[in-house]
Amino acid sequence: MNAVIQVEALTKLYGELAAVDHVSFEVVPGSTCGLLGGNGAGKTTTISMLLGLLLPTAGSIRVLGEDILAHRYRVLGRVNFSSPYVDLPHRLTVQENLSVYARLYGVRDREPRIRRLAEDLDIAAFLKRSYGNLSAGQKTRVALAKALLNDPQLLLLDEPTASLDPDTADRIRGYLNAYKARTGATLLLASHNMLEVERLCSDVIMMRAGRIVDRGTPERLLVRYGRANLEEVFLDIARDRRRETAATGMDA
Amino acid sequence: MSSTDRAFSPARIGVMVLRYIYLLRRSWPRVLELAYWPTMQMILWGFISQFMRTNSSWLAQASGVLLAGVLLWDVMFRGQLGVSTVFFEEMYSRNLGHLFASPLRPYELVCALLTISLIRTLIGVGGAALLAIPLYHYSIFSLGLPLLTFFVNLLVMGWSIGLLVSGLVLRYGLGAENLAWVAIFAVAPVSGIYYPVAVLPDWLQVVAHLLPASYVFEGMRAVLFEHVFRTDLFVRAVALNIVYLGFGIAVFLGVFRAARRRGLLINVGE
Repeated sequence: MNAVIQVEALTKLYGELAAVDHVSFEVVPGSTCGLLGGNGAGKTTTISMLLGLLLPTAGSIRVLGEDILAHRYRVLGRVNFSSPYVDLPHRLTVQENLSVYARLYGVRDREPRIRRLAEDLDIAAFLKRSYGNLSAGQKTRVALAKALLNDPQLLLLDEPTASLDPDTADRIRGYLNAYKARTGATLLLASHNMLEVERLCSDVIMMRAGRIVDRGTPERLLVRYGRANLEEVFLDIARDRRRETAATGMDA
Repeated sequence: MSSTDRAFSPARIGVMVLRYIYLLRRSWPRVLELAYWPTMQMILWGFISQFMRTNSSWLAQASGVLLAGVLLWDVMFRGQLGVSTVFFEEMYSRNLGHLFASPLRPYELVCALLTISLIRTLIGVGGAALLAIPLYHYSIFSLGLPLLTFFVNLLVMGWSIGLLVSGLVLRYGLGAENLAWVAIFAVAPVSGIYYPVAVLPDWLQVVAHLLPASYVFEGMRAVLFEHVFRTDLFVRAVALNIVYLGFGIAVFLGVFRAARRRGLLINVGE
């Protein structure tokens, strides 16, 4: 089965600093892969390079079978993302913002699509409101609606439930799972929320200081580190407290 | 080939223009501001013209020369601001990441910026030009067809400077946004807006002759004083503008690529 994402020796240097350092991984179709790591681990940098927003210093990236450095426009219509590091124009209404992006992505039947997403993500009540007047949680849901407008085959999500209350966050996770089941899409998720990763991800890549330090299914990582939950595994990795039992190597 | 695969899509340009119109529509003070400065300039220079017409034989020969100068100068100024300030809005709203993760090409954004600049310039300067008719009994439209050539040339020069400024602000951050307000004034003294280029010192005349605007304003005076359209001046302005616009676009797209190397599309700010 061809990987949806194939990354080989990906490196991003800012002067002497290696934000991402010889990272290689693949993500198979229909899976949800979690990219975990502390601040500065290289998660957002990796996602930016997958989208072609950031040019790597070295390495190769294939997304949906295309070399993203040479032919990014062949795939961008089938990919989408949300991230707390980017925003939408505050003075436009939610409806206008979504309508503009639906048009940019060439979405047919855009108004029904926007209405449907608005209902699913519980933003229908403020479609006519200025985006800038929304709460942080409402903005996060609008950003997610924008990311789903084109029914992406690959969805890149950077902290998708940041700023959401536990109830809404839980419903969004359920929605993402349902979306994946319905469309067969592949999700790559960067998150600090271990509960979210355990619930959504079939595969987890652990990053620290720009490198991949471990990888596996959530269950295997728990066994490997002898921990009860991913949060403890995350802390072990973040604080370099890798257990002897974990030294047996990463999953293939 | 799907619509998102097309290397050049007028539809995507249209969407971006629509978005800028949404932005404009959402803020009536901004619409008002578009016409405010050109109108203030026109009123000020209108009274100066009225006073000087009776005290200057030069002005008496063509009383509209100062008003035509100020209105045409504003075409260039508004043209530049129409590109750079609209681009800054993308930076203020941290929206570049969303835009360029979509099928939108950078050169399509450039086309959209130029289009909205034209619309904003027409609103801003058009209003002032119309107001000059009842206020001073002067219609810039009396310049006839040459007015169109002057307008296009000055607009294109404004676009070129606007793209250059936008590129610099993308590279150096919003801390450099004041460039948008000061850049064009650097060329004002040598553009021959209110006086012939011949009054400048020799070395400044050399500089003036490198600017498309100087040929436009010389051409404007030729129409007003001599009632002739100077094709030679028009051709020089067009030739220089082709170089200017090419340079402006190349700098903007070059900086855009550098921004992808430096991660500026995700992290923009001061």
